[in-house]
Amino acid sequence: MTLPFIMFFVCAALAVIGAFTLIVAREPIHSALALVLVMVSLAVLYLLLGAEFIAAVQIIVYAGAIMVLFVFVIMLLNAGVEERTDYSKLAKYAGLPFGFFLLLALAYWMLESFIGKQIANGLGGTNASVSTRELSAQLFQKYLFPFEATSILILIAILGALVLAKKDE
Amino acid sequence: MDFITQHPVLVVSLAKIVGLMFVLMTTLAYLSWFERKVIAHIQSRWGPYYVGAHGLLQPLADGVKFLFKEDLTPPGADRFVYILAPMLALTLAMTTLALIPFGPPSVQWLGESTLIVANSSIGLMVVFAITSMGVYGVALAGWSSNSKYPLLGGLRSSAQMISYEVALTLAVVGVVLLSGTLNFNEMIQSQSGYYLHFVPRWNVVPQIVGFLCYFMSAVAETNRAPFDLPEGETELVGGFHTEYSSFKFAMFFMAEYANMITVSCLATILFFGGWLSPFPESWIFMRYLPPAGLLALAVYLAYDTVVLARGIARIQLIVVTAGALVIGLACLHPVVLAIIQGPFWFLLKVGLIMFFYVWTRATLPRLRYDQLMSFGWKFLLPVALANLVITALVKVWPLLVNHG
Repeated sequence: MTLPFIMFFVCAALAVIGAFTLIVAREPIHSALALVLVMVSLAVLYLLLGAEFIAAVQIIVYAGAIMVLFVFVIMLLNAGVEERTDYSKLAKYAGLPFGFFLLLALAYWMLESFIGKQIANGLGGTNASVSTRELSAQLFQKYLFPFEATSILILIAILGALVLAKKDE
Repeated sequence: MDFITQHPVLVVSLAKIVGLMFVLMTTLAYLSWFERKVIAHIQSRWGPYYVGAHGLLQPLADGVKFLFKEDLTPPGADRFVYILAPMLALTLAMTTLALIPFGPPSVQWLGESTLIVANSSIGLMVVFAITSMGVYGVALAGWSSNSKYPLLGGLRSSAQMISYEVALTLAVVGVVLLSGTLNFNEMIQSQSGYYLHFVPRWNVVPQIVGFLCYFMSAVAETNRAPFDLPEGETELVGGFHTEYSSFKFAMFFMAEYANMITVSCLATILFFGGWLSPFPESWIFMRYLPPAGLLALAVYLAYDTVVLARGIARIQLIVVTAGALVIGLACLHPVVLAIIQGPFWFLLKVGLIMFFYVWTRATLPRLRYDQLMSFGWKFLLPVALANLVITALVKVWPLLVNHG
């Protein structure tokens, strides 16, 4: 048991617990906080895989910006405690087996994949830490077009939000 | 001994963490003394004076007071989040200090560099990642108190911190472009050298606009005057921490100071050459500035002890004088002198920026909320963006010209 291996299981467990709490919690803020826990645990997992930059970006973008905005909106709207209705029959008889099947399929594909093999090797196998310089070289040379296309997409989304917000005037 | 030589990383890291925590906790306590003294003198008052000589034991008295106050939890508060919020605020604020290099990496013990806890290759990004989480402490404290004014204060400060984080980050990117790295030590080393043989080649010279943007957004980001609307007492009682008492309040208090230290350290690293000395190597006598300063302090304190102090204060002053004298003399030893250079300049620069922080608070009136928002979005952000574009153009210009 190496230290990265232990860290992997701790953070994976935290991520699963966070995801579970997110669904079960009735207070919207608790759900949001659980999601933050998931994001941070994922960041640590990225760090264990040697992706320092991605880990930092994961925290800055998701935990530091998007989830802060979520919490902000929940506070602003003063959203109350969720009310529970009777669980739907469909969810019970179709949803649960399907979800279980999905989990198994995902687990299978993950184990076959590159990351899965790394985890199986105890994470110590490759220490391929990608430098920020290499990452940006890839991003701005090889993948320049998808990168720019994504930024235009995001810009359009911002404009859309502005148009919707200004609708009443 | 075997354990130490077998696990140098673990042992040195733990020692560094414990040492940093000890120094940090003391500094946090004495920053409140520093702030009160400076503001008092700006306003022609004496400030803390009665607990110990020059009020030097005031932080201790404050600590005892905080510990023994009743710890209230408002009815209807969300207990878990209510307790989590101050812990989150303080932990996140203190964690960032682990990334700060207090001296050159050449100072080593057991082959590990001693004056930085975690030398990350993307130090700047990690610091921003941790500080960006700092909003939670404030927002959750406001929400979980189940009270009107804290909620309004929490909302205000989250909005403010989100807004100014953008300008803060943009102001720093110019420096990253200039030095071409995200590692703090490399950033500092890229600032070595001198213009005209004596003006240090610090980033503050080409990036003066970036520095001003950075400093203003940093003041707003740490919720300090003149941007301390989250605790605007005339409108919001005490802002997000109104319902907090006893040690939980003290934790918010300490978190604010820890954030100030982080921001000042970042300013020192990014714009003022970190642990580099402002004087050229050839000015050898400048190496003796730390012991000289300490001995001068000891002489002043001795004068104070003999002429001004009375009673118990005199005994306390003798202890402090002896301390300054011993450390000052120890610094004259060549080995200590070599080690002390980096931390001395770093801490001196951080101290000066902290002084500037307190000075602004004592001088400037608080902004109105709409002024705060329009200043951040309509002035700071465009200026920081323009600074970034111009820096990028200057950096790329030689390449463009060479390619024809």
